Amino acid sequence: MATLTQPPATEEPTALGYVETRGLSKHFGDVRAVDGVDLCVMEGEFVVLLGPSGCGKTTLMRMIAGLEKPTAGEIYIAGERVDDDVPPRARGIAMVFQSYALYPHKTAFQNIAFPLEAAQVERSTLRRKVQWAAALFGLDRLLDRRPRQLSGGERQRVALARAVVRDPKVFLLDEPLSNLDAKLRAMARFELKQLQRQLGTTTIYVTHDQVEAMGLGDRIAVMDKGKIRQIGTPRDVYDNPADTFVATFLGSPPMNLVEQDEHTLVGFRPEHFLPREVFGEEPDLVTFRLRVREVEYLGSDRLAYGYLEEERRSDQPVIAAVPITITAPLAEGEVYEFAVRRRDLRFFDARTGLRKPAPR
Amino acid sequence: MAPGPQAQATLAPPAPAFARRTLADRESVLGTLMLAPALAYVILLVGVPFALAILLSFSSATAGSLDFTWAGLRNFAKLLGDPQFHRALGNTLRFMLVSQVLVMVLAVSAAHVLDAAFVGKRVVRSLLLLPWAAPVALASMAWVWIFDSTFSVVNWTLKVLGLLPGWLYWFGEPGLATVAIITVHVWRMFPFATVIVLAGMSVIPQDVREAAVVDGAGFFRRLFHVNLPMLLPVVTVAVVFGVVFTATDFSVVWLLTRGGPYNSTHVLATLAFQRGILGANLGEGAAVALFLLPVLLVAAVVMLRLARRAEVGT
Ligand SMILES: Nc1ncnc2c1ncn2[C@@H]1O[C@H](COP(=O)(O)OP(=O)(O)O)[C@@H](O)[C@H]1O
Ligand SMILES: [Mg+2]
Repeated sequence: MATLTQPPATEEPTALGYVETRGLSKHFGDVRAVDGVDLCVMEGEFVVLLGPSGCGKTTLMRMIAGLEKPTAGEIYIAGERVDDDVPPRARGIAMVFQSYALYPHKTAFQNIAFPLEAAQVERSTLRRKVQWAAALFGLDRLLDRRPRQLSGGERQRVALARAVVRDPKVFLLDEPLSNLDAKLRAMARFELKQLQRQLGTTTIYVTHDQVEAMGLGDRIAVMDKGKIRQIGTPRDVYDNPADTFVATFLGSPPMNLVEQDEHTLVGFRPEHFLPREVFGEEPDLVTFRLRVREVEYLGSDRLAYGYLEEERRSDQPVIAAVPITITAPLAEGEVYEFAVRRRDLRFFDARTGLRKPAPR
Repeated sequence: MAPGPQAQATLAPPAPAFARRTLADRESVLGTLMLAPALAYVILLVGVPFALAILLSFSSATAGSLDFTWAGLRNFAKLLGDPQFHRALGNTLRFMLVSQVLVMVLAVSAAHVLDAAFVGKRVVRSLLLLPWAAPVALASMAWVWIFDSTFSVVNWTLKVLGLLPGWLYWFGEPGLATVAIITVHVWRMFPFATVIVLAGMSVIPQDVREAAVVDGAGFFRRLFHVNLPMLLPVVTVAVVFGVVFTATDFSVVWLLTRGGPYNSTHVLATLAFQRGILGANLGEGAAVALFLLPVLLVAAVVMLRLARRAEVGT
């Protein structure tokens, strides 16, 4: 009898993160859009899902939102399991779509008010909250306009205002800046970060743009082919990539990868790969002879593309990013001594691509 | 041996330095030419009868005589005092309104069902169009049998289920006849309207609908605040079509009831036929037929304007 009064035993341990997925998968026929993702986002944290187009970022986010049913795995929001039968509206999430998905027949005011109306918020409270959200995004004068009378940047802000207006537990943002031009994007990125700090709302942000990811995220989850390759702070992911995919996906130009022997690839960032004389008498350098094929002048840097003239020659071109303050000569067709600090070298397994410790 | 490519090139006539202007370049001439058949069709088969009808409605012409006496507005004045005409006018409006409301409710519901993903969706969608594709005479015959005074499947089904104590004489009683006529109208218009609404729904972006889901709106809020307003332009077109179709329809009423019992289910079209052709009073028939034209025109223009405004969103 006593056993009956006890709560049913739960097999799963209590969730640690505010938003957490365990072994989450979504298959469309043969396509494994999301393939066993374990993601743990802490309360108030800003996590960026970064990966190339088609790697499953949107699908992962849609499953968290409840718009897509997982093939396998579990989702927890605020400690509660939601993947099975909690509908989107009960998950306490707000989502900003890449296209903004504003209601075209409603004014900006009505768009922002819609989630509150759905929650049957009382009229005067609703008005106050909409005004607050509109002020947050500088939309006060645009509230009577319909989406088609707004510019891209204004629409994006209406979409954000609609998301923040009802104090969601979690923001889900799917490439919200990708439809803005470069200048607006930098501004919007800054404002978004400020806003998230101010509201302290747990945020998952999807992008394929590494600059956005590095600038915005408390942590970055790098995805490829439906799997998370690495999660870490921007600095961590950039400095200590977990595998060759992360190493070459982050950074522009990407990390150089050179075969050291048949088991090992050695990687170093173009900005660490500089003419030998720059390092002076420093110890612990590794030098390479570089035949320069092409030099690009980029204002703040010179990019030298070339091939290593060593006994282990790679067919991959190698890139050096030389700051403009270094005036060492770089002529196309010539061979120069270049060097990297030993501590800036990263080693990867040639077969699996996974990071491995420095040899010896 | 076949000539090589070079030999062929030399054999070909030299291309003229400048191609001549052909008919295909002269768009104004070509346009007129290509429009001519359609124009002739409209003028001969729509324009002439229409003009003739207008002319006849102002005359006291009768069938079987070449007499053409100008009657002014006498035909119309007479109609205004004619209880049978009042009845037909009322029926026309009643059948139209009731069937349109039912059709739109059914069409929007059906479109939402058909829009959801399920197995066999395509088959159901094409089956749905059948009533619309069936010839109206054939379909009406089937309905005549369904409502037959002796064999009515409706009656027998109800009887077997024990729901019908008496017997329904569908075409013998004005109320039941009205129900029968509206049923057939709804049955006919419903597929077309559903297809139009479905087409309209496919235009609503998927993520706008999903945004409404995430924003926490329930089914009815999504329907009335998101889907229907965005469907409005398309739905209006469906309604305009439906209104014009039912208001001008002759065949359904004629084939089901011939305006009976005791002339209680006449609509303007059947009354016009009865007066003008069977009763040989061409002038009066034409006046009956034309009576609703201005009303329909105004209704159509107003509705299409509204739709356009909703679309432009100003
Ligand atoms: N509804 C769907 N049906 C079939 N395949 C899909 C569907 N949605 C996404 N996919 C596939 O899943 C993969 C991941 O898509 P997505 O999550 O949109 O990637 P991302 O947002 O990272 O660009 C892609 O290969 C895509 O073609
Ligand atoms: Mg995407």
